[in-house]
Amino acid sequence: MSGVRVLVGTRKGAFILTADGKREKWDVSGPHFTGWEIYHMKGSPVDPNRLFASQTSGWFGQIIQRSDDGGKTWTTPGSEPAPPGAMPKGESNKFVYDASPETGKPLTTHQWYDGTQRPWEFKRVWHLEPSLTDPDTVYAGVEDAALFRSTDGGKSWHELSGLRGHGTGPKWQPGAGGMCLHTIVLDPSNPQRIFIAISAAGAFRTDDGGKTWRPINKGLYSKYIPEPTAEVGHCVHRIAMHRSRPGVLFMQKHWDVMRTDNAGDSWQKISGNLPTDFGFVIDVHAHEPETIYVVPIKSDSEHFPLDGKLRVYRSRTGGNEWEPLTKGLPQSNCYVNVLRDAMAVDSLDSCGVYFGTTGGQVYASANAGETWAPIVRDLPAVLSVEVQTLP
Amino acid sequence: MIRVVLPPHLRTLARVSGDVELQIEGAITQRSILDALEARYPMLCGTIRDHVTQQRRPFLRFFACEGDLSHESPDAPVPDAVASGAEPFFIIGAIAGG
Repeated sequence: MSGVRVLVGTRKGAFILTADGKREKWDVSGPHFTGWEIYHMKGSPVDPNRLFASQTSGWFGQIIQRSDDGGKTWTTPGSEPAPPGAMPKGESNKFVYDASPETGKPLTTHQWYDGTQRPWEFKRVWHLEPSLTDPDTVYAGVEDAALFRSTDGGKSWHELSGLRGHGTGPKWQPGAGGMCLHTIVLDPSNPQRIFIAISAAGAFRTDDGGKTWRPINKGLYSKYIPEPTAEVGHCVHRIAMHRSRPGVLFMQKHWDVMRTDNAGDSWQKISGNLPTDFGFVIDVHAHEPETIYVVPIKSDSEHFPLDGKLRVYRSRTGGNEWEPLTKGLPQSNCYVNVLRDAMAVDSLDSCGVYFGTTGGQVYASANAGETWAPIVRDLPAVLSVEVQTLP
Repeated sequence: MIRVVLPPHLRTLARVSGDVELQIEGAITQRSILDALEARYPMLCGTIRDHVTQQRRPFLRFFACEGDLSHESPDAPVPDAVASGAEPFFIIGAIAGG
């Protein structure tokens, strides 16, 4: 019987939850990397036992971990001891912006919270996106916002500097969580096309494998920036795509849920009857490309569910018409948040939907959202949730 | 033999328990200690000092013989007691909650 593996990153370590296809009984492995912030973990679509993890610390910086056995054991790629006289390799956590004249872009500045300009400074990896075709290739979205790629299984990283240096960088600014590149969406039909999103700069697209980029924010309206329809400066929280329709993207913005049907050339608001359209997560049903999920959050200053009721909202019409999904979720005194990388779906039939909260619960629905149950409920604050559907 | 005491998170990362002992030829300085440490435990590269600038990470300090060596030159000799192995070289994370 097929099964699922849920990869959970938290403020104090990583957890791996596994179940068979019924998704009723769960085994919990962890904590892995105890005491470290695990911003994100994700498995290779090509080799599901190859997992990548972003392990970070304000004291010790960035670590990249890799497992080749589904999370049983982990290594920092390329960290074998150096032979006598040789310099150590240990570069799996070396994220250096490419300012070289040959391949890079000058290390320019971005806007700080107070409007002054500051140079880019690497802080951490927010998101890891393994290639759809090569188990050794993985992309990393980092803070301060930039996109890196490894083609050797995470041993070394090189910036795709055309994004950071494409020209609008001085107008980018950090959101409350920092100036992070948090979303990487690979187009399964076109290996040259990648979508990314940055808080607070907006969404960007490359059509040449990452060499050149352009903002794709037409139609976004952000009343909290001086020019609400500006080309850049929007605080995009998350973008989701269904594999069967790579030109259709769904976006949870700071406020507003949005949709594009032309790969980001223009966006339309689809918040419809949502009780509040602030939020962080958004995802698409594995088998129904017009079925999408969000978790509305009260406001940008009150990061918890409206009225203390944790409700997932589902639209089966690609937006605008939303229904609350509440069975099994706390409907009183619930004041957790659901962060941007903390929702995922499996591809079993019926589709499983998963999300984690800052209160340490991971909720799962094995029936596309009809009913929910916590599969763990007392973890550290959950930063990310990814799901692998196993053969 | 030089003895180095790592903070708990770095001991876990390097998969060591207790003090680390390093054999170092030539002058014993902060730089030569960290070079030897990173050569033996490459997963520690970048966690104590920056990959490029080689600057100490801001939330870490170096202590030995009840003294703060954090702001000494990385190429200055460490105290004789550290060089002889009588006293360890401490790498300590700032106490900052969490």
